[in-house]
Amino acid sequence: MSDAHGHGDKPFLAHHFEDEDHQFDSGKLGIWAFLVTEILFFSGLFCAYVIYRAMHPEVFTFASNALDTQMGAINTGVLIFSSLTAAWAVRNAQLGQKTGLIVNLSITILCAFGFMGIKYLEYSHKFHLGLFPGDKYEAKEGAYGDESKGNANTVAFTSPEEEESAEETEPGVAFSRGDTAEAELAEQEAHGDDGHGHEELAPWNDPNVPEATKRKLKIFFGIYFCMTGLHGIHVLIGILVLGWLLTRAIRGHFTPTYYGPIDFAALYWHLVDLIWIYLFPLLYLIN
Amino acid sequence: MTQVDIPVESPVRPVQHLDKNFINHSKGFLSWALTLDHKRIGLMYLVGISLSFFLGGLFALAIRLELFSPGMQFMDAATYNQVFTLHGAVMVFLFIIPGIPAALGNVVLPLMLGAKDVAFPRLNLCSYYLWLSGAAFFIWTLFSNGLDTGWTFYTPYSTSYTDTSVIQATAGVFMLGFSSIFTGLNFLVTIHKMRPPGMTWHKLPLFLWGMYGTAIMQLLATPVLGITLLLLIMETTLGIGIFDPQKGGDPVLYQHFFWFYSHPAVYIMILPAMAVVSEIIAAFSRKHIFGYRMIAYSSVSIALLSFLVWGHHMFVSSESTLATLIFSAITFTIAIPSAIKVFNWLATLYKGSVQLDTPMLYALGFMWLFTIGGLTGLFLAVLSTDVVLHDTYFVVAHFHYVMVGGTLFAFLGGLHYWWPKMTGKMYSETSGRIAAVTAFIGFNLAFFPQFIMGSRGMPRRYADYTADFELYHRLSTTGTLILGVGLALLAYTLLRSLFGGKKAPANPWGSATIEWECPSPPPHHNFDHPPLATDPYDMERVEWDEEVQGYVPAVGHRPTAH
Repeated sequence: MSDAHGHGDKPFLAHHFEDEDHQFDSGKLGIWAFLVTEILFFSGLFCAYVIYRAMHPEVFTFASNALDTQMGAINTGVLIFSSLTAAWAVRNAQLGQKTGLIVNLSITILCAFGFMGIKYLEYSHKFHLGLFPGDKYEAKEGAYGDESKGNANTVAFTSPEEEESAEETEPGVAFSRGDTAEAELAEQEAHGDDGHGHEELAPWNDPNVPEATKRKLKIFFGIYFCMTGLHGIHVLIGILVLGWLLTRAIRGHFTPTYYGPIDFAALYWHLVDLIWIYLFPLLYLIN
Repeated sequence: MTQVDIPVESPVRPVQHLDKNFINHSKGFLSWALTLDHKRIGLMYLVGISLSFFLGGLFALAIRLELFSPGMQFMDAATYNQVFTLHGAVMVFLFIIPGIPAALGNVVLPLMLGAKDVAFPRLNLCSYYLWLSGAAFFIWTLFSNGLDTGWTFYTPYSTSYTDTSVIQATAGVFMLGFSSIFTGLNFLVTIHKMRPPGMTWHKLPLFLWGMYGTAIMQLLATPVLGITLLLLIMETTLGIGIFDPQKGGDPVLYQHFFWFYSHPAVYIMILPAMAVVSEIIAAFSRKHIFGYRMIAYSSVSIALLSFLVWGHHMFVSSESTLATLIFSAITFTIAIPSAIKVFNWLATLYKGSVQLDTPMLYALGFMWLFTIGGLTGLFLAVLSTDVVLHDTYFVVAHFHYVMVGGTLFAFLGGLHYWWPKMTGKMYSETSGRIAAVTAFIGFNLAFFPQFIMGSRGMPRRYADYTADFELYHRLSTTGTLILGVGLALLAYTLLRSLFGGKKAPANPWGSATIEWECPSPPPHHNFDHPPLATDPYDMERVEWDEEVQGYVPAVGHRPTAH
C-alpha cells in the first residue's frame, strides 16, 4: 500500500482516527448501517414472498410439503448455536482470551459449514426430484411427499375417490380444501384418469393438468431457491470473513482495545442467523 | 467558539501552496491504483465519470441527429432503441448518480470536515473498483448485443423478448449499486464520526447536509434495486417467473420494485446538486446563507419523502385509484422542501454582493432550470394531466430540466468551484463564463421545444415522427449542438488550466468552509491538526489579500499555527 495508514505503536489504528474508541465507534456505526442495507436487500424477496403467497395461498401451502422440515429445523438449531459461539467469541476478544477466541471462531465456522452441508443435501434432493427453480422445473413422482416415510405433511396424489378418504384421515392437507385452483386440478386429475389411466403420475407432471395451475408451483420454488440461495451466499461470505478473522486471531491481532472486526463480523453473523429464523417458518412451516 | 486572537502586528498568513501535495507525493501507477487517499480516489472517479458523460453525450448527439428530420436518417429503428437506451443507462448509472457524491464529494467531504480521510478508506477504494467493474460491464454490453429495453429494464420485455445483453447490463448496474451504497455508507459514518471540534450539526456546511440526505437514500433504496436486478437476472437465466405473466408472475411488481429504488434515485441525483448550489450561492453572494436550518432540514425531508412517491411512475400501469391519489398527494408535498431551498437561495442573493464567476453562473442557471423542471413535475403529478402527458416528450423535457439543467449544471458549477482546490490551478475565467452561458442557451434551446411538442402529443422513444413536429425537433437538435459546443469549450478551459493555469491560492473565492483553509492542492494528510470549526457561512472571517491573490483569514480570525 502506498499510503502509510497506521500509528507506530498501535499497528491497527488507522491514521485518520484519533484513538481506538474513535475507530471502534465508526466501525460500529458502519456495520449497523450495512446491516440496514442487508435487510433492505432481503426485503425485496420477502415482499415478493408476501405478494405471491397472498395471490396463491394454496400453492404455498401445498408446495411447502416438498421441503424437509426436519433438515430445516436442524439447520435452524445449528445457526442459533453458531450465533452463541459468535457472541462468545466477541466476549473472548474483549477479555483478551486468545484460545477461547480461536475455539469459538472455529466452532462458528464449523457450524456454518454444517449448515451449508445440510443445505447441499436438501438442494440435491430437490434437484433429484426435478424441483428446479424456473423453466427446468419438472416435478417427479413423490416430489411433494412420500407416504412410506409416514410424514404427516404428506400428500398423496391419488384418484379422486381415494382422495376423499385421504381427506378424512389427513385433515391437515390444506391443498384439498376446495378452492378454484384445486377444484380445477382435481377435475383435470379425473380427466387424466379417465382418458389415459396415468394413475401414478403426479398431477404436476400430468400433461392434462393445465399449464396455468402447474406453473404456479414453479413460482414457489423460484422464491424458495432465491431466498435460501441468497441466504446461503451470505453464509458463504460469513465463512470467508470468519475464516480470515480466525487467521488474524491465531496471529494474535486482537486485544481488549482492538476487537472491532470480531464484533462487526459477529453482528453480521447474527443478521444472517436472524434472516434464516424468518425463512424457516415462512417456507417450511406453512402447514 | 474557541477563537485564537493574534496581535495585529504579527499576522500569520496561511500557507498557500506546498511543494509536496497529494498529487505528487508519490509516483507510479500503483500509487494511484492502490491509493487509499480520498482525494486521489475522487480524482479517479472524476476521470471515469467524465469519460462516461462523454460516451453518454455521444449517444445523445446520435439521437438528436437522427431526429433532425422525419423519416430514418442514418440508423434503423432497432438501432435507435439501442442508442436511447444506452444514452439513458450510461448517463443515469455511470454519470449522474455517482457524479457529485463520488467525484466531488470524495475530494471535498473529508476536507470540509477537517478530517484526514473518510471513515473507511479501503471501502472507498472498493467502491471505486465496483464502479469500474460496473462500467466494464457496460462496455461489454456495448460490444456484445447492446441493450434496447430502455434504462428501466421493464419486464417481461427485458426477460423474455429482447435478444440484447440484459444480463451484462443489469449485472453492471448491480455493481454500480453497491458502489453507490458503500459511498453512502462511508459518507454517513464520516459525517457522524469525523466532525472536527466545534462542528455541531447546526454548524455543518450545507453541502454535508445534502450529502447526508443522499447517503440515507443510497443506503436504504439501492439494496432494493440490487435484489430487483438479481431477480431479473434469475428470471432471464432460469425463468423463475416472478415478473413474467406467462409464468404466473406480475410485471407490475417489477415496476414497483424498480421505482422503489429509482424514485429515491432521482433525489440521489438532485440532492447533491442542491448541496453544491447552496455552497456556491453563499460564497458568491459574499453573504451568510439565508435560512440555514430550513435548507438543512429540507434536505433530510426530501430524502425521507422520496421513499413515498414511487407510485407516481405507474399512474397508468393499473394502479388502484386510491393508490394513485395518495401517491399524487405525497408527490405534491415534495414541492415544499424543494421550494424552500429555491426561496432561501433567492433570499441569499438579495442584497448580497453577487459575483458572476463561472461557478455562480452555473448555480444561477441551476436555479432557473431546476425551477422549470420542478414546476413541470407538478403537471405530471396531477393525475388527470399525467394521463395525457405520460410517455410524451413533456416527460423527457421535464426530467432533462431536472437532471441536466439541475444536476449537470450543479456538477459543473461544483467542478469549477473546487477545481482550484483539487488541481491547484486557476482556469481562465473568461472562457469558463463563455462556456457556461453557451451551455445554458444550448440547453434551453434543446429542451424547451420538447415541452411544447410533448404537450402536442409527440410520444417519447419513437424513432420517427410526423412532419408537424419537425420544427421543434430541429430546434432541439440545434440546441443540443450548441450545448455540445459549450461543453467542449468547458473541457478545453479546464484541461488547459492544468498545463498553463495560474497557481491557485488556498482560498480563491472567499468561502468560509474549512476545505479552503488547507493549501491548494491539499497535502496528503490534509490537515496537520483538525481545524476548529465555526460558522461555515461567516464570510466576514476572510478578507482579500492582494499578495496571494486570494482570501486569507481576516486579522483577528487567524489561528496561531497552521
